[in-house]
Amino acid sequence: MAGELLSVRDLRVELASRNGTVHPVEGVSFDLDPGQTLGIVGESGCGKSMTLRAILGLLPRGGAITGGQVVFRGQDLLTLGRGQLRDVRGRSIGIIFQEPMSSLNPVMTVGDQIAEGPVAHLGLPRSAARERAVDLMRQVGIPDPGRRYRSYPHELSGGMRQRVMIAIALSCEPQLILCDEPTTALDVTIQDQILKLLLQLQESTGIGLILVTHDLAVVAQVCQQVAVMYAAQLVETGPVASVFAEPCHPYTLGLLRAVPDFDKVKAVLESIPGIPPSLIAPPDGCRFRQRCSFAEQDCAAGAFPLLPLAPDRASACVHWQSCRDAVRADPVIGQAS
Amino acid sequence: MVTPVEAARARGRRRVSPPLYLGIAILAVIVGLAVFAPLVTPYNPITLHPAQALLPPSAHHLLGTDELGRDVWTRLLYGARIDLEVGFLAVLFPFVLGTAIGLIAGYFGGWIDAIVMRAVDVVLAFPFFVLVIALVFILGPGTKSIYIAMTATDWVSYTWIIRGEVLGAKRHEYILAARTLGYPRLRIMSRHLMPNVITQAIVYSMSDIVFTILTIVTLGYLGLGIPPPTAEWGSMIADGQQFITTHWQLVAFPGIAVVITGIGLSLLGDGLADLLRVD
Amino acid sequence: MGRGIYIIRRLLLVIPTAIGVTLVTFIMIHLIPGNPAVTMLGIRATPHNVALLDHQWGLDKPLWQQYWLFLIRVVRGNFGESLFYSAPATGIILSASAVTVWLIVYASVISVAIAVPLAVVAALRRDRFADHVVRAIPLVGMGMPSAWVAIMLILGLGIKLHVFPVGGLDPGIFGHISSLFLPSLTLALGIAPVLIRSLRSSLIDAIDAEYVTTARSKGIREYRVLVRHAIRNAIVSSMNILGLQIAWLISGTLVVETIFALPGVGALMVNSIYRRDFPVVQGITFLLAIAVILVNLATDIVHSFLDPRVRFE
Repeated sequence: MAGELLSVRDLRVELASRNGTVHPVEGVSFDLDPGQTLGIVGESGCGKSMTLRAILGLLPRGGAITGGQVVFRGQDLLTLGRGQLRDVRGRSIGIIFQEPMSSLNPVMTVGDQIAEGPVAHLGLPRSAARERAVDLMRQVGIPDPGRRYRSYPHELSGGMRQRVMIAIALSCEPQLILCDEPTTALDVTIQDQILKLLLQLQESTGIGLILVTHDLAVVAQVCQQVAVMYAAQLVETGPVASVFAEPCHPYTLGLLRAVPDFDKVKAVLESIPGIPPSLIAPPDGCRFRQRCSFAEQDCAAGAFPLLPLAPDRASACVHWQSCRDAVRADPVIGQAS
Repeated sequence: MVTPVEAARARGRRRVSPPLYLGIAILAVIVGLAVFAPLVTPYNPITLHPAQALLPPSAHHLLGTDELGRDVWTRLLYGARIDLEVGFLAVLFPFVLGTAIGLIAGYFGGWIDAIVMRAVDVVLAFPFFVLVIALVFILGPGTKSIYIAMTATDWVSYTWIIRGEVLGAKRHEYILAARTLGYPRLRIMSRHLMPNVITQAIVYSMSDIVFTILTIVTLGYLGLGIPPPTAEWGSMIADGQQFITTHWQLVAFPGIAVVITGIGLSLLGDGLADLLRVD
Repeated sequence: MGRGIYIIRRLLLVIPTAIGVTLVTFIMIHLIPGNPAVTMLGIRATPHNVALLDHQWGLDKPLWQQYWLFLIRVVRGNFGESLFYSAPATGIILSASAVTVWLIVYASVISVAIAVPLAVVAALRRDRFADHVVRAIPLVGMGMPSAWVAIMLILGLGIKLHVFPVGGLDPGIFGHISSLFLPSLTLALGIAPVLIRSLRSSLIDAIDAEYVTTARSKGIREYRVLVRHAIRNAIVSSMNILGLQIAWLISGTLVVETIFALPGVGALMVNSIYRRDFPVVQGITFLLAIAVILVNLATDIVHSFLDPRVRFE
């Protein structure tokens, strides 16, 4: 049965803003098994980061979870009290953010920041927590960890800082790590190192991984499962190889066509015309229809939930067959990745 | 990334906030009372009536009378005239001087900027009121000395603000464009740079007027400001001090007048900041 | 290593400012309208006295020589003879400084004790009732003349309630603590609004910062998140504001010491102005500016220890 590690059901998030209430997450559901990697992709502002943060209840000010379930190992995290949620945070689920400079406390040594979790959760005395932090720093590939322990974030490079974030996430041997655009702020060469590190850590520890990114190449490289998010909703889910080879939602297709690396067959890069709808008062009907070349009359009204296409695939598009046929006529990828 | 459309939308969001209205209203009442003081009160602020000294508040004398029989409400209104006028002018001069120096320092940079900034450091090293009082002492009492002393010490605030804004604005495209077009420097500074950097200084000047009025009141309290018998809030506080145990209102009301003026100016400053903020 | 270089660079910056301060203080005498000696001596201005003072102040020499002589005197800590006490001005000023230092330290402590809890409450209850109340404080507080505050405190806490002494300086530590309470509170109320404002906004910045979310994601206690991550950063970033307020506190001592009849530098300055005792006024002006420079220097150095980023600018 899917979702043994984490099962998110019909998650809803609201965010108060100056101009009105934003609904960045509306009815998002997905599952994750132990040791599995799920990629959540979509354009910036589609609500993928909010989804990830909502799992641990780490929404920004003005944000609130208004519905759904987040079942982690049989327990709904949304029903937990503050203290119980604290026991899950850092202990069972770690999180890594996009910008390692701003996610690390500028006036605290990186070692102390890593050691903080183990002190709180594992009841380690300071000296043991310190040793553990040094071990973790070595594990994530920080050279000379004994000396680096006393460094401040600004003294490290971007890649090293993200390694520190990974060490923090790993520090209490969690079962799940959430990664919010972990490589976006880094140089391309460093991106690769960080992804390899994440993969290697996952292989050695068997943790589950959720990776939020706008970069399909990252998903292809790291994930087994993918969930495509558009305007606060999931529009397509399935195994990465299958979804990327034969997308069954026009938005997924559009994203794939816009990636240069994948587009070996076609000479011209296509971009998706238009901009996503406002999440304050989203339009009725399919939210992608105004940018969609497959849209028809019946897309203009009603709800468009994910519908199962095959045992492991689902799409929110009612014209998914036209989309699939278009892909078969003009493949996105020359050969399966 | 902010598209022009979003920027325009952000500008559209700038709104006139309640603090701005409230600030304008408070100041309008104070200025109105000060300007029309002769119509509001039948008494003269200076003429002595020893027979009516230290009367309690009554229908005739709203806030009572002071030790020389002068109506306190009347003296408060006439005091507003002098404190507001001097407060405003004592900010205007440093505002103009400091803005000019800041524009020049920021625009030309280099050694001019270095010298100006050292001079700013030097003035800032002196505790503000210590320098003001020393200058007033040296120059002799009177409003002229206050203006000179305030200008000599307060220009640095405006130079500091304007220079920072100019350094920021210099990198913007409209200035670069004007430079490329070969416009004369004076014209670039006055027509293009000035309007864009002046808002911060205007917002600051509101709280600066508050500080300046406090300074004038303090000088007046110490007997080094505007000479008697002119009605002035600071000297009213000083005169009332000896009767504090029996006639506390003599001290309380001039202070409350200063506080209310301060609230009005602060609200106006906050409101202006909201209105003029560039997102 | 980085810190050492930073401190040395910061020390070197003091030199031009200090020279500028000597220039300004030197020029003061030449701003006096008419013959400075005649003006200062007033009714005592006999030709003999004037000539004596002219010579003592070096007014009979060219300007650059006068400045040079002034510099030499300043370096030796000599500001001339007090016209009122007929004793070296420097000694008179220094003997008054203890009370003023007491006042400033005491007022800083009180203002921090007032500002930190209020700012924390406001930042944590942002946009709620408590926050609105705290935000209204600077609005009222910034416009209060310290002379007025002092008299109102004397009336309320001193005369009506008899809680605190209303003037003079009692001997001993406890005497100091009780008799300097009202003056220090007056000074503290003057700077508390600025402190509350800046502390609240830097706290809000800190609370919204991503590193606080990171801290929460570790599952540590909220109290620890606030104290070790948010408040610590906020205090580091608003420390300089407190340093800058010291100059304001020094200004405030003039009025406060006068009202509370304290034998400090501020009251000495005011009294010397009344007595037209120019050397003492000049000496105090100079020494207070140097004090401000040193306090700012100290603040920056302490800041460089608390904020590791400073050294690498």
